[in-house]
Amino acid sequence: MALLEVDDLSVTFARRGQRAVRAVDGVSFSVDAGEVVGLVGESGCGKSVTSLAIMGLLPKQPGLRVGGKAVFDGSDLLQLDDRSRRDIRGRDIAMIFQDPLSSLNPVIPIGLQVTEVLTRHRGMRGDAAAKEAAQLLDRVGIPDPKRRLKEYPHQLSGGMRQRALIAMAVACQPRLLIADEPTTALDVTIQAQILELLKDLVRDSGTALVMITHDLGVVAGMCDSINVLYGGRVVETARRRPLFREPRHPYTVGLLGSVPRLDAGRGERLNPIPGSVRDLLPWPDGCAFAPRCTRRVDACVGEPPQLVLAHDGRSYRCVNPAPVPGLRPTEEIRETVPGEAEPGTVPAQAVPGDAPAVPGLGPAPSEEETP
Amino acid sequence: MTGTDVLVEVRDLKVHFPIKRGVLFDRTIGHVKAVDGVDLRIPRGQTYGLVGESGCGKSTLGRALLQLTPPTTGEVNFDGVELTTLPAGKLRAMRRRMQMIFQDPMSSLDPRQNVESILTEGLHTHGIGGNRDERRKIIAETLDKVGLPRWALSRYPHEFSGGQRQRIGIARALVLGPELIVADEPVSALDVSIQAQVINLLDELQDSLGLTYLVIAHDLAVVRHISDIVGVMYLGGLVEEAPSDRLYTEPLHPYTRALMSAVPVPDPDVEDRRERILLAGDLPSPANPPSGCRFHTRCPWAQPTRCADERPVLREVGESRVACHFAEQIASGELRPHQVQVQIVRPEGEGEEPDVVSAPSEPGSFV
Ligand SMILES: Nc1ncnc2c1ncn2[C@@H]1O[C@H](COP(=O)(O)OP(=O)(O)OP(=O)(O)O)[C@@H](O)[C@H]1O
Ligand SMILES: Nc1ncnc2c1ncn2[C@@H]1O[C@H](COP(=O)(O)OP(=O)(O)OP(=O)(O)O)[C@@H](O)[C@H]1O
Ligand code: SF4
Ligand code: SF4
Ligand SMILES: [Mg+2]
Ligand SMILES: [Mg+2]
Repeated sequence: MALLEVDDLSVTFARRGQRAVRAVDGVSFSVDAGEVVGLVGESGCGKSVTSLAIMGLLPKQPGLRVGGKAVFDGSDLLQLDDRSRRDIRGRDIAMIFQDPLSSLNPVIPIGLQVTEVLTRHRGMRGDAAAKEAAQLLDRVGIPDPKRRLKEYPHQLSGGMRQRALIAMAVACQPRLLIADEPTTALDVTIQAQILELLKDLVRDSGTALVMITHDLGVVAGMCDSINVLYGGRVVETARRRPLFREPRHPYTVGLLGSVPRLDAGRGERLNPIPGSVRDLLPWPDGCAFAPRCTRRVDACVGEPPQLVLAHDGRSYRCVNPAPVPGLRPTEEIRETVPGEAEPGTVPAQAVPGDAPAVPGLGPAPSEEETP
Repeated sequence: MTGTDVLVEVRDLKVHFPIKRGVLFDRTIGHVKAVDGVDLRIPRGQTYGLVGESGCGKSTLGRALLQLTPPTTGEVNFDGVELTTLPAGKLRAMRRRMQMIFQDPMSSLDPRQNVESILTEGLHTHGIGGNRDERRKIIAETLDKVGLPRWALSRYPHEFSGGQRQRIGIARALVLGPELIVADEPVSALDVSIQAQVINLLDELQDSLGLTYLVIAHDLAVVRHISDIVGVMYLGGLVEEAPSDRLYTEPLHPYTRALMSAVPVPDPDVEDRRERILLAGDLPSPANPPSGCRFHTRCPWAQPTRCADERPVLREVGESRVACHFAEQIASGELRPHQVQVQIVRPEGEGEEPDVVSAPSEPGSFV
């Protein structure tokens, strides 16, 4: 049994007078101890809501429905009462956010914030806690840690704040760390420092890491296995190398074709995905990616595509996946899971405050087309 | 670059923002040296890419080049015309030939104007198109160029997706028929799949219209992709400039090397093989830049002589220009990198650093 087993997680926001939106729609993935698992996808695909739901940190608002399971070490996090969840949070599971300023208390010195975690979860007090706090800051690469302990978050640079937050997150040697775009707000040389730090932590302590990012480069360098999300669903799951070498889901193929690579020549043409994430079909009506998909066939529309589990341990949600040389499509299938979807729900991305620019379903876009 | 047709030439450009203190902010206690002596040339029909980390002065350089921020000293020559001494009226007329595209299309577009009026505004200002029909024709052609449908004209910016808004921003620049476009982080606010569409569009427009670009971005992969020449900035100055491909295959400046090695590549094989040069600490403040070579506080190759007290000038090494005293010895492997002690850098306005009070001027406040 994996350390964290997320099974059919769904998050629905219902608003009066509007169709219920599904930000997360039947997401399943698992994380083993010491493993780095990536959740990737473009803006609004449900990465943050997934992690917040697991942590029980979604804002308690009327109309919020969370379904499915998130089993951590044998107990379903979604069924715990607030108190037990708070206990686990911080001690066994910790989270790092994109903006460290919003998760640090601005009026309390860094040191006190770190020692507070140590006191609450590890029962450390006084000098022992202060010493451990300094050691933690030192471990995450904050220079002159004793002095830094007395300082307030706004006195530190962005990179140093993120380190302080990581120090707090690892203070209790959690077994699972969830990092939501931890480096997106940082400069690239600082990002490199922070990613290296996270890798070291995972290597040294065996902490499992869920890495949420939209940056395929970060994923390529860090993650053991990767889940690609689109419109609130996991559309492809694979180990790192197979995913990048032979992406099967057309959306994954599209993403990889879209990113300019540092090691590609000047002017090599990119192959963007046509349209935008707002042009999607509700899952109950077919594949959400269909309006943008160049491999679309008739079977893509009408009902949600089933999840295909392949023999090599990969899976994808597509009826016409990108071919792999030497592999006949029918041979690879180990099992299929029907792609059920609750009628009447729409993915969250399809209903922003403003209307989508390209409504409806036009003809399947051709390979060359760049609208 | 001698012999090529140069459209823009910048000489020893400096932009220093005063740091004011006191009850009435009437005392100048220092300067933020946002741009501190930059020389560069942009050949006609080519793309010059400017990279560097947050706060290194890229946007300020772009704005000063277009005279949107008055340079403190230095010269900007556009197609033979010196802009820094040009009278206001003449400068306004020149603006038609030099346009800007911004990072966040939403904040640079007026939400109360529909697309037609956004595009017409510039035509009016510059007296282009004799009558309504003529202007409509120009606008329709521009929409085609950027791949927006005709019905877009009656819609408002919020009715479009991010990528389409950026197309509107590009259309607004293009409608005047400019020769130079300064694009400040044109794709960094966009989703990956949309980024690629806009990058391809910029490429196509350059091919068909012969545009010259200055592209400012912090994403080195994007810049390398679209630029013929890349300039790397650090704390207000150019530290290296080279043809795009060469900068990647043979980075000479230690900062360029570190920057290159830090950019993640979406390929596990490449990622596993790469050697990272991890820089210690943060970017120092441009209000109080280090002496000598500005990079010496973080440079893994810094030497006891010269680096801390003599500011290196850009000099030609092979096809590149580089500002490092020891570029040759580093390239040959004669000098080896060493550990660097981290120095604490304060966020602007904190601790030892003085406050910066003058607010940056509005983007989009010109046509
Ligand atoms: N409290 C809420 N009420 C209604 N809709 C919400 C709420 N929180 C999030 N959403 C919607 O759920 C969708 C998924 O959001 P989420 O924040 O998980 O995206 P993400 O994948 O993290 O994107 P990003 O890369 O931009 O951070 C979005 O379309 C968002 O608008
Ligand atoms: N109008 C202004 N008044 C005072 N200081 C300014 C002004 N505009 C910019 N600065 C300062 O000048 C420096 C360079 O800023 P600039 O915006 O050019 O950097 P940049 O390289 O574009 O950074 P980013 O990648 O974050 O956009 C910064 O320290 C900034 O705070
Ligand atoms: S199911 Fe059809 S539309 Fe969806 S990704 Fe696969 S081929 Fe494309
Ligand atoms: S001049 Fe010295 S400090 Fe500056 S980049 Fe070269 S070696 Fe490093
Ligand atoms: Mg998010
Ligand atoms: Mg800028």
